[in-house]
Amino acid sequence: MTVSHTSSDGHSRQVELELVGHSGIAAPFTRRLAAQTKMEASMTLKRGESLLLTLGIPIVLLVFFAEVHILPASTKKPIDFLSPGILALAVMSTSMVSLGIATGFERSYNVLKRLGTTPLGRPALIASKIAAVLLVEIVQAVILVLVALALGWKPSGNAGEAVIVIILGTASFSGIGLFLAGTLKAEVNLAVANGLYLLLLLMGNMIIPVSKFPSWMATLAKALPAAALSTGLFHSLNHSSPVPAWAWLVLIAWTIAAPVAAAISWRWE
Amino acid sequence: MTRIKAQAPISSSEEDVDNGPVVSCKDAVITYGVTTAVDGLSFDAFAGRVLAILGPNGAGKTSTVEALEGYRIPSHGSIRVLGYDPAKNSKALSARIGVMLQDGGIHPMMSPIEATRLFTKYYGDSLSSDEIIQLAGLEDVAKRPYKKLSGGEKQRLSLGLALTGRPEVVFLDEPTAGVDPQGRLGIREIITRLKEQGACIILTTHELPEAERLADEVLILNKGKNIMQGSMHELLSLGSKGTNTIRLRTTLPLDMTLLAKAVGLDLSEVAEELPGSYLIKATGTPERIVAITTFLASMNIAIDSLTSGMVSLEEIYLSLIGGEANDG
Repeated sequence: MTVSHTSSDGHSRQVELELVGHSGIAAPFTRRLAAQTKMEASMTLKRGESLLLTLGIPIVLLVFFAEVHILPASTKKPIDFLSPGILALAVMSTSMVSLGIATGFERSYNVLKRLGTTPLGRPALIASKIAAVLLVEIVQAVILVLVALALGWKPSGNAGEAVIVIILGTASFSGIGLFLAGTLKAEVNLAVANGLYLLLLLMGNMIIPVSKFPSWMATLAKALPAAALSTGLFHSLNHSSPVPAWAWLVLIAWTIAAPVAAAISWRWE
Repeated sequence: MTRIKAQAPISSSEEDVDNGPVVSCKDAVITYGVTTAVDGLSFDAFAGRVLAILGPNGAGKTSTVEALEGYRIPSHGSIRVLGYDPAKNSKALSARIGVMLQDGGIHPMMSPIEATRLFTKYYGDSLSSDEIIQLAGLEDVAKRPYKKLSGGEKQRLSLGLALTGRPEVVFLDEPTAGVDPQGRLGIREIITRLKEQGACIILTTHELPEAERLADEVLILNKGKNIMQGSMHELLSLGSKGTNTIRLRTTLPLDMTLLAKAVGLDLSEVAEELPGSYLIKATGTPERIVAITTFLASMNIAIDSLTSGMVSLEEIYLSLIGGEANDG
């Protein structure tokens, strides 16, 4: 079985292929991780519905509610409340909805089953998915912050603390997304993830302050990772006051529980 | 139709067999709740040979192969691939096996060139992306998204990806399903080269003429049990006693009317089983064999194979499976 090879001087020659090897070694972990991360990020940015979810909707909500003051706000300028809230929404969109739906369909398309027979391995696959989510979040953060600044947002606070909050939020929501993808059929997962997205958008202190909720609903909202993430970002980026302890505790609890649930429910097929 | 009885495995005795089995399954039982998918299955597969696992839907083929790939854990018995338990040693095995899935397994938005570049990054020693594209004959559609490829192109890409890491054991699930005659020739050539270079190939298919062409050994399953195992040649010989057929394979397709006329038979007595594969329902008298070879010589078409008095694998298979159904 021959294939043609073109040498550096432009000459083509036929080469007999060695189809069966005996080394049987996998590539180094970092090489597998880098290649898979690049592919995961590329696929996320190629999907039109994913772009709408991760960038389109957050930008529209940010611009619309910053300009049309119809929502209650806990700050003098709506943009000061909306900006961290929409950043939290972007994190949730990418790490829970986009990741979860894509993973669910990858399973139904047998993509995960095929990957399970290669040397890629589960640790590299999971790590690459999380790394790709972080890469997309960087793109989201740059664009959303530029839009927010153009709308008059003047952030002040601790950027390092905000990054830690985003990493915890990403781990929490990625765990939830992968757990749903691991337990539900692709089509059901699609519906549940979108429903959860809408629910957490409304209850997540992102566009409507939790302080405007009845107390029972506020208590429920504060137990969910969305409100903890947006509150953490709000205090990190707008206030000199520290992130409330309840937000840290809720985020850390979800950061542990959701990925563990995802790991237990993980299936290659 | 010749009816043959299920029997104990026919032993293999070729040079590769002397080195011991590469894949070994002993008394394996695989269950799903109260349903037993595989019931006490034993067989071996060897380097440099193709083992075809055949059987009707629900026979246990998929469960068996998935157990060999490490996706299923037998509740009883043992499975070894290259000496490892595939369910417990996927890390040691994954770079040494290649798996071609029947359906999908590739992201719909991903092009063949993207998929091959990605897969080469998983292995320490792999074919190059260009080599896989050429091997699969996908040069013209290398940048087309997977979802826009034809069925045959998808199959060839799937086969190419399975071979990325130069595997010692290759699992092929319906490799020629939906592939055009030209594509089939390419896939057959790849499988032949894999054999020559010493790979052990496990083939599952419903296309029995294709299995007959490619396989050295056959394992027929029904209701999770091994009902026939042996070398293809012995199996066909065993089932062919007293039959009146001539089987002909040629390197180019034949005109059926001209072939029937050449052997002095009605058109209804000549059948094309696959492109280039013909069944003549008549005794293989010396005169008729001479007529066939003279006809082919006049057309300048080479003979791939010419056998007389052999039934097909399909006939043997239907005899066995039909018998099991009647028994049940």
